[in-house]
Amino acid sequence: MYPIVRKEGLAPSVWLMEVKAPLVARQPKAGQFAIFRLNETGERFPLTIARHDARAGTITVVFQEVGKSTRQLASLEVGQAIADVVGPLGVPSEIAHFGEVACLGGGVGIAFIYPEIAALHNAGNRITSILGARSGSLLFFVEEISAVSEEVHIFTDDGSKGHRGMVTDILSELLESGRHFQRVIAAGPVPMLRAVAEVTRPYGITTIVSLDPIMVDGTGMCGACRVTVGGERKFACVDGPNFDAHQVDFEELMRRKRGFAQLERQALEQCLALERARAEGLLQDGSRRL
Amino acid sequence: MISEGKTRVAMPKRHSAQRARDFEEVALGYSEEQARQEAGRCLGCKKPQCVAGCPVAIDIPGFIEKISAGDFAGAIRTIKQSNALPAICGRVCPQETQCEQVCILGKKGGAVNIGALERFAADWEAGSALEGQEASSCPTRVDAQRVAVVGSGPASLTCAGELAKLGYRVTIFESLHAPGGVLRYGIPSFRLPREVLEREIDYVRSLGVEIQTNVVVGKTLTLEDLFAEGYEAVFVGVGAGLPYFLNLPGENYSGVYTANEFLTRVNLMKAHLFPEYDTPIAIGDRVVVVGGGNVTMDSARSALRLGARSVSVVYRRSRAEMPARAEEVINAEEEGIKFRFLAAPKRILADGRGSVNAVECQEMELGELDESGRPRPRPRKGAEFILPADTVIVAIGAGPNPLLPRVTPALETETDGRLRIDPETLQTSIPGVFAGGDIANEEGTVIAAMGDGKRAARAMDAYLKSKGGRIETARDETRSTEVVTAGRKEQKS
Repeated sequence: MYPIVRKEGLAPSVWLMEVKAPLVARQPKAGQFAIFRLNETGERFPLTIARHDARAGTITVVFQEVGKSTRQLASLEVGQAIADVVGPLGVPSEIAHFGEVACLGGGVGIAFIYPEIAALHNAGNRITSILGARSGSLLFFVEEISAVSEEVHIFTDDGSKGHRGMVTDILSELLESGRHFQRVIAAGPVPMLRAVAEVTRPYGITTIVSLDPIMVDGTGMCGACRVTVGGERKFACVDGPNFDAHQVDFEELMRRKRGFAQLERQALEQCLALERARAEGLLQDGSRRL
Repeated sequence: MISEGKTRVAMPKRHSAQRARDFEEVALGYSEEQARQEAGRCLGCKKPQCVAGCPVAIDIPGFIEKISAGDFAGAIRTIKQSNALPAICGRVCPQETQCEQVCILGKKGGAVNIGALERFAADWEAGSALEGQEASSCPTRVDAQRVAVVGSGPASLTCAGELAKLGYRVTIFESLHAPGGVLRYGIPSFRLPREVLEREIDYVRSLGVEIQTNVVVGKTLTLEDLFAEGYEAVFVGVGAGLPYFLNLPGENYSGVYTANEFLTRVNLMKAHLFPEYDTPIAIGDRVVVVGGGNVTMDSARSALRLGARSVSVVYRRSRAEMPARAEEVINAEEEGIKFRFLAAPKRILADGRGSVNAVECQEMELGELDESGRPRPRPRKGAEFILPADTVIVAIGAGPNPLLPRVTPALETETDGRLRIDPETLQTSIPGVFAGGDIANEEGTVIAAMGDGKRAARAMDAYLKSKGGRIETARDETRSTEVVTAGRKEQKS
């Protein structure tokens, strides 16, 4: 079992959790992830390792409540434990001295991009961070990212914080005004990643995106996470999760991510109904079944 | 039963109409009477061919004689001297191409049903008070050398069990959350019930083997880390964890699974119990499974049990060339699986939302023999057809998992990705690192992997002894607390 040692609400429905997993915490690198399984009936799902503390033997993950599993994870408290945590998985992000690097994070993708920003900063790069969310209340890690960035731009869909608009707006603007980036990295929703790829493509800037397709085992065994990159089949779990954005078939990625949408909705609805029933005291025995 | 002694006693199995809709075991096993009758057919050859035909060299006439005499406890003891996983082997071994193929009785009235007898002895033990008794005689010593075993499939479990019996302290590292490897994620419960699997893994544990799940060697810990932590030899049995694809257009549409993904969702994650279990699987009414092996049969029959109305197996050669066990093909047919022989998929078609809705197939005919000795299938011009499908399962095999060699440059591989090993000792290019099962060999059966595990254990024993084994050395003062805990265990036994 892997006990939860810290839990913090970063934004409405966005949580930070620090979990004791000493073997995973030994030396994970930026860009790597861990696979979680909450309990005996749980599914396996990947979460990016946002931070780690090798001495304390902990890893920190950030997640947004979107489906049943993330909702259940959010319902766990400090002192409770997760059945399974395995990692670090995936290929670490390429960290080197590139020069000028633009780092774009959208929504919960900010948590994925943060360890990379820190590592790139430590490698001597000049960092321009561009963070976006639906609204200001959903932003997090802004201070932490500001501390390791030369320049930070904030965007919200509703304009409640920073500029109103998309993270790609400022990226286009900067590029049009003649700014040079040796590299662009991005994590966030697939449409955002695709938009970033289109913005940088004409400039020929190496653009690396972090993908999160459906995964099961996370060791390259099942092929569920296959993505087409440059016309070739890649497994996000062992070949990724970072890929050259100009080569990724985003259309296919989006379709495959929706592959179980109907069943995922069903699971979530059932989970919500159960929560409501519990709240109304209908299930005093704490039984899982309705 | 007719003409006692002449005819092979058939294994009773559940009726197809009843079994095809659940995941309970298909074959029922012998009664004591049936077992003794079948055992009585064995000629007890002086030079038994069957033992030579068994990759782990079980004393087959020996255990069969005991069954025949009603000494079931003696029978299972005899089997377990050579095979730690008899209830599994009795169920999933292809005996017809191993021990039973060379049985003298094969020519008249049919070979002795060795698999069914092995299964009988193992299941009898599970139902008796005998179980686990042997464990207390296990000789593991606290000052023994430590050995790491990577993976927990049949090769690894066997190797670990053998090494533990020799007195080594063995730790298995498994990447998934539950041990068993392909026995867990690959073979469905209707062929290998989970409680049988648990029981045999528990037996290996009872020999003194520790199993650590959630450790991906190559990621969580490297081979170097293992040596640094004090393991003096390593067995790599990580299996064929790389699914092959058809490389046809449409293979990435939603609803197209590799057999590995499909079976893992069901066998490991229990997707058939969704939504009680969280892992979903969408099956639809019409399922097309591509391939001709045991995994193809497992996939097709699982799809049927998940509620598919029609399941078709598409195989490019004819029935005679199918690598699947004849028994499983018959089971599949009885349950209502349809076979489209001499047909190969050309491309997978989808609806506007990218969900698969059909497979376009090409009719084939058999040509000259290829390097595998089977007739090569070739397309028949103009003969194409469309099979409607809500789910497509690609079950055409799997290759060695490249994860570990990729992060371990010193671990040499063959051109096909398998680890390069010494054919005698199974040692890899790294001294002290041995390998077996599908990561190193092509055989692909549970029992062949177990044979490798056993041979590797012997070679590792020799290697560790030649290293000046600490097995016989005195305790030194710097032992960790872990050893102290183990010491208490030893005093008990």
